[in-house]
Amino acid sequence: MLDLRQYTCLGAALRDALDRFSSEVCLIEADRDREKVRLTYSDFKEIALPLARALEDADFDSGDRAAIIMTNQSKWLISAYAIFYCGGVLVPLDYKLTAAEHLQLLAHSKSKVLVVEYYLWRAIMQSPEFSKIGTKIVLVTESPLGTDLAGAFRWEDFKRKGAPDFVMRQREDVACIVYSSGTGGRPKGCVLTHENYLEQCRSLTSWYPFWPGVRYLSVLPTNHAIDFMVGFIGPFVCGACVVHLRTLRPEFVRDAFVRYRITYVSLVPMIVKNLEKGLRAKIDELPRWKHAILHSMIATNKLLTRRRPNVKLSRMLLPGIHRAFGGELLALITGGAFMEPSTMQFFYDLGIPVANGYGLTEAGTALTLNDLKPFRADTVGKPLPGVELRILNPDADGVGEVAAHSKTVMSHYLDDPELTLETIIDGWLLTGDLGRFDGHGHLQLLGRKKNMIVTEGGKNIYPEDIETVFDGLPVKEYSVFAANYIWPTKELGGESLVLVVRLEPNQVFDSKLLEEVSGRNRRLPDFKRASGYLIWDKDFPRTASMKIKRQILAEEIGRSLDRTAIVKW
Amino acid sequence: MPLDYNERMPAAEKTLDEILALAAAHFKVPREKLAPDDDFFKSLGIDSLQTLDLLTKLENHFHIELPDYELQGVSDFRTLAGKIQARL
Repeated sequence: MLDLRQYTCLGAALRDALDRFSSEVCLIEADRDREKVRLTYSDFKEIALPLARALEDADFDSGDRAAIIMTNQSKWLISAYAIFYCGGVLVPLDYKLTAAEHLQLLAHSKSKVLVVEYYLWRAIMQSPEFSKIGTKIVLVTESPLGTDLAGAFRWEDFKRKGAPDFVMRQREDVACIVYSSGTGGRPKGCVLTHENYLEQCRSLTSWYPFWPGVRYLSVLPTNHAIDFMVGFIGPFVCGACVVHLRTLRPEFVRDAFVRYRITYVSLVPMIVKNLEKGLRAKIDELPRWKHAILHSMIATNKLLTRRRPNVKLSRMLLPGIHRAFGGELLALITGGAFMEPSTMQFFYDLGIPVANGYGLTEAGTALTLNDLKPFRADTVGKPLPGVELRILNPDADGVGEVAAHSKTVMSHYLDDPELTLETIIDGWLLTGDLGRFDGHGHLQLLGRKKNMIVTEGGKNIYPEDIETVFDGLPVKEYSVFAANYIWPTKELGGESLVLVVRLEPNQVFDSKLLEEVSGRNRRLPDFKRASGYLIWDKDFPRTASMKIKRQILAEEIGRSLDRTAIVKW
Repeated sequence: MPLDYNERMPAAEKTLDEILALAAAHFKVPREKLAPDDDFFKSLGIDSLQTLDLLTKLENHFHIELPDYELQGVSDFRTLAGKIQARL
C-alpha cells in the first residue's frame, strides 16, 4: 500500500498507484454472465489521461467542479481520476434521483462538467427544467452513435492526444462535494477535503487492509461515501481489484462471488438479510443427517472463533458454505442502516465476519467499525483510529447525542454557513444520532435526535425532501415527520414517515381526499413514501416567517396522541 | 410498415395480461385481485429485492433482457408492460 502520509491529494496518490501496480488488474466489469471490461492499472491510465487532457483543453481548471451521475462501472472511476488529475472537485450525485433533482443539484453545486450515462441524460434532457442547465460540458457514456445529445459529447470520443498537466492540490483543498440530502428544500452539500479522504483511507485500511490480489465487489452506489472509499480509493492505493456488475439481480450477485473469488463486499442490511434468508432456506432443504452434521460444524466453528475470526479454519469446517461465496471472502462490510444483530451473528457463526460500522457523509465515511476483537453483533463497533467520539448530555443510562472529532470530518456545508455552525461546534460534528458506550469501548446506537429516517436499503430520508409532493394538497396545512421523532424510542430499525394533516374547519377526510393523498404519496419512490397519515386538530405552530416549528409540533403531537393514531394507507 | 393503433393494442394488452398472470402465480396472489394500474409493491406485498425476482421471471418468459435502469421509478404493472413491450 502507498504511504498516504506522504500525499497531499487523492490525485497524486492515485497517479502513483497506477504506476506502482501497473501490471495488476484494477477493474473488472460484468453484465450478467458476460465480462465486458478487464483493465490493469496501466490500461486504466491509458484511458484516463487522454480524457484528462481533453478536459484541460476544454478549460476545466483547478478547483472547477465536475459531477458524475452514473451507475457503478469502470467509466465512473476513470472519469473521477481524470477530474482529480486536472485538480478538479468531484460532485458524485445519486443516480437514483429524478432528473429534476439532478438538475437542482447540478445548479447548486455549480458543476462546470457533467459525466452521465445515456439513459440518465435522456431523462434529464426531457425534464421541463432542462433549459436552465448551467453545466458547460456534458459527457455522455454509452450513447448510440449518431444520437442527438443536445450539445453534449460522447464520452468515448472525448479524448485528446498529448500528456495532460498534473495539477497538485493541498490537503485542505476540496476534493468532493457529496450531497447527504436536500433535494426537496435545503441542499446539504458536504464539502470534503483531500485530507478527509486520505485520513479516512489510512484509518480504514489499518483495520481492513487491501493488497494486490484482493477483489472487492462494488455493489453499493459509488456516489455513496462507503463505496467511494472502499470500492475505489482504498483498493486503488493498495493495488487491489474492483469488480463492477451492471445488474444487481440477486442471482448475478451470487454468481459474481464465485466467478471472481471476491474478498470483500459492502452491502446494505436489506441485501444481507436476503442472503441470510436464501442460505437458511437452503440449509432447511438438506436431508436430516446432513442438517445435523452442518449444525454440529457451525457449533464447532462458533466455539473456536468466539475470540476472533479464523477464516482458514472456518473454510475447512464449512467448505460448502464458503464455496457458495467464492471461497475467499474475508468479510461482509455493512453500514448506513440498522442491521439486525441476529443476521450478523448468523454470518459470523458460519465463519463470515460482518464488519458492521457507523458513519455519515458529514464524517467522511465511517466513524466506528467492528474490529472483530472479538466480534460483537450488538454494537456498531469501536471508533476508528484517529476518531474521537463523545456522548453529549448523557442521561441516567449514558445515552446522549454522539459527537465526533476527526480529521475525516467535512469542512462545511456548501453555501450554508448557518447550517454548518449548527452542525460543527468547536470542531465537533453533532451527528444527531443517540448512543452510548459500553464498558468495552463499543458504541451502541439507540435512536435519533434528528427528524429523519434511514431505510433498510441505507437511504437517508428527510421529511423536508418529500413534502413537495404534497404541494397544493387541499387541506389547511400538512407536514411530514419521522414517526420516531414524534415518539422517540431507544432503538433503531423499522423506521417510518408519517404525514400529519390539519383539515380546514368542517372539512372531512373523505375517500376523495384519501385517494388524493395516497396517490401523491405513490408518486414518490417506494423507499421515500409515508407509511400513513394522522389528523391533527390544532393549527401548526409557526415562526414569524411562517415556517413550521417542527420540533414543537412533534412534541405537541407526541404528548397528545400515540402511534395508534397513524392511519395506514 | 408500422402497425396501426388497433393492431398494437391487443399485443400490449396481451403482454400486460401475461405479466399479471405471471405475477399472480409467482407471488401466490389471486389473479383477479391485480389490476393494471396497481402499485405492484403494494398489491403483491413485495419489496424491491422481490421485484428483481419477478423481473427475472418476466425476462425468461418473454425472452428479453431488461436493464436495471429500465425499472427505476416503475411501480405499476401497466408501465412495466410498456417497458417489456418496447423490447419484444
